[in-house]
Amino acid sequence: MRRQIPLFITFFVGTLLIFSVFIPPMETWGEDFTLFFDIIAVFAFFLGGGNLMRVHFNKLTRRKQDWTYSIVTLAGFFFMLVLGLLKIGNPGGIAASVTAEGSWFQTMFNDVLNPLQSTMYALLAFFVASASYRAFRAKNREATILLVAAFIILLGRTPFGMYLTAWVPESFSVLQIPNLAIWIMNSPNLAGQRAIIIGIGLGVVSMSMRLILGIERTYLGDDSG
Amino acid sequence: MLARLPKNLPGGVSLILPFLFICFSFSPVLSQGIEAEVDTLDPAVPDSELVVAAPVTSLIASDYKYDNGEVIELSWVPSIDDQLVGGNVIGYSLYRSENDGEPTLIAELLPGVNNYTDEGLSRLSTYRYTILTLTVNHETPSTMTAPITPEREWINFDKKYLFLIALIIGGSVMFFIETARRGKKLFVRKIAGLEAVDDAVGRATEMGRPILFIPGILDMDDVQTLAGLTILGRISRIIADYDTKIFMPVSRSLVMTAGRETIKAAYQAAGRPEKYSDDMVSYVTDEQFGYVAAVDGIMVREKPATVFLLGAFFAESLILAETGNYIGAIQIAGTARPAQLPFFIAACDFTLIGEELFAASAYLSDEPKALGSLKGQDVGKALAMVIIVVGVLAITIGQAWHVDFMMSLVDTLTNIFSTK
Repeated sequence: MRRQIPLFITFFVGTLLIFSVFIPPMETWGEDFTLFFDIIAVFAFFLGGGNLMRVHFNKLTRRKQDWTYSIVTLAGFFFMLVLGLLKIGNPGGIAASVTAEGSWFQTMFNDVLNPLQSTMYALLAFFVASASYRAFRAKNREATILLVAAFIILLGRTPFGMYLTAWVPESFSVLQIPNLAIWIMNSPNLAGQRAIIIGIGLGVVSMSMRLILGIERTYLGDDSG
Repeated sequence: MLARLPKNLPGGVSLILPFLFICFSFSPVLSQGIEAEVDTLDPAVPDSELVVAAPVTSLIASDYKYDNGEVIELSWVPSIDDQLVGGNVIGYSLYRSENDGEPTLIAELLPGVNNYTDEGLSRLSTYRYTILTLTVNHETPSTMTAPITPEREWINFDKKYLFLIALIIGGSVMFFIETARRGKKLFVRKIAGLEAVDDAVGRATEMGRPILFIPGILDMDDVQTLAGLTILGRISRIIADYDTKIFMPVSRSLVMTAGRETIKAAYQAAGRPEKYSDDMVSYVTDEQFGYVAAVDGIMVREKPATVFLLGAFFAESLILAETGNYIGAIQIAGTARPAQLPFFIAACDFTLIGEELFAASAYLSDEPKALGSLKGQDVGKALAMVIIVVGVLAITIGQAWHVDFMMSLVDTLTNIFSTK
């Protein structure tokens, strides 16, 4: 019974929402069901917050490896929680929005969290360089094609690329590096991307059918699917 | 209306316009329903200085096809004085009268606009519309439309082709599931990334290091997260058999709950429920880069031997995959986001590309019914391939040799596959 009810709900709601696409009075039901999900997710957030506290309190009290990081996590968690709940420093008082401009909560978010997140994001620049270095090593034929294509696109996006092939006559303009870069992006690259997107669409259909028909149940914690 | 007026208008005109606008909004002429062009004169402006524009013509209100009776479409021919060069129209005001009541302003439109979709209406009311053509000091109303009531349709015939395609693909998936259920052997090509799962888990076992599973950063309402969790179920079974450690930091509370249930079921199925612990799955944060920082930290400190990145990923994909690469973990990644695939291919050992992510669970389960659904999916792919080839040939021949039949075939295919 523990599995039957969720499976029935999945089947019923899944089938209903498929048909709702073709029935105008039911067209908004998909969005309405998303709202139900959001409501459930809000309650689940307490589970997440509770788990975070439990894990780090555990680490702290038992002096597990790297327990000092847990102090920072818990301090940050409670500090922001108190600022948000009590609206400390909020110019509009307790009745104002928690994200009101000038509130300590918003200041912490803007001046501490945002710069930290930007710092993490900035790492991407260095990782792109190291990943590109590995990907573009001409180890085999495919990697060599990749390297050449990448080289043309990199050059094509710079003024130097335009300068290099400016001498190519207009009747052969397709051979100018910027135009070659555009062709690579718009033809082979786009064709490949669309093939992947068609595959993804069909994969989603197949996966959804398995879920709706109850063939796939592992997400419910059922290994017999 | 005022927002669009030229800034260099004479001061007097700028002051008069709001007054004119308010006066006209409550004009008895409008409230009675305007049937002919009526000049709305401002007594402060002499007749000789009025800039008068012709009204819009052919204003038609029609019911929007295939909706829930909440939309009316309007179209009209703009004023002949609405010209880019030398024109004097500065915009249009669209008024709606409900149940023959007082007209109310519903939209202010730029010059050149010739249609409008009025949404959020009621099936129980009748509506009439009129448009005022605006110049700097004058407003010319159009005739009022005939009363119209939006109607509800029960079936959207605009989507008949979508329904047909869904029927073909859905039907073939069901057909192959049934075929597989009857015991017919189905061939499924080898997927390198999934063939490597056993080796990846075995490697972690031999090295005595944990396995890290990252299910992406979206919630349970995303199909990629569901796909990731179904794969987790299969992998957890192998992990439980090998008695290896798994750790799964998540960025969504519901994913944490579902992940725990999935792993617990796998340990129970493997006959080792006592080895399961809730600590295997832990919530970190909903914040994208906060999550990345935490997972990177876990990778560097715990040095997992194997990392699975299966789910929905965004900008964090390369940061996570490169960190995994840096610590020397064997990495199996998969996502249905085309923009992130190159990063995974560059940084991971195996990548499940798009549809392979959704096929993975069926592939790993070796369950005939699940494999049958993959074969059904192939019918959709074959259909797509045939239509692409036909479409490419038709447009090439049609344009190169001006063959009308081919061009009409292209139009038909475009009509069938365009989304509305």
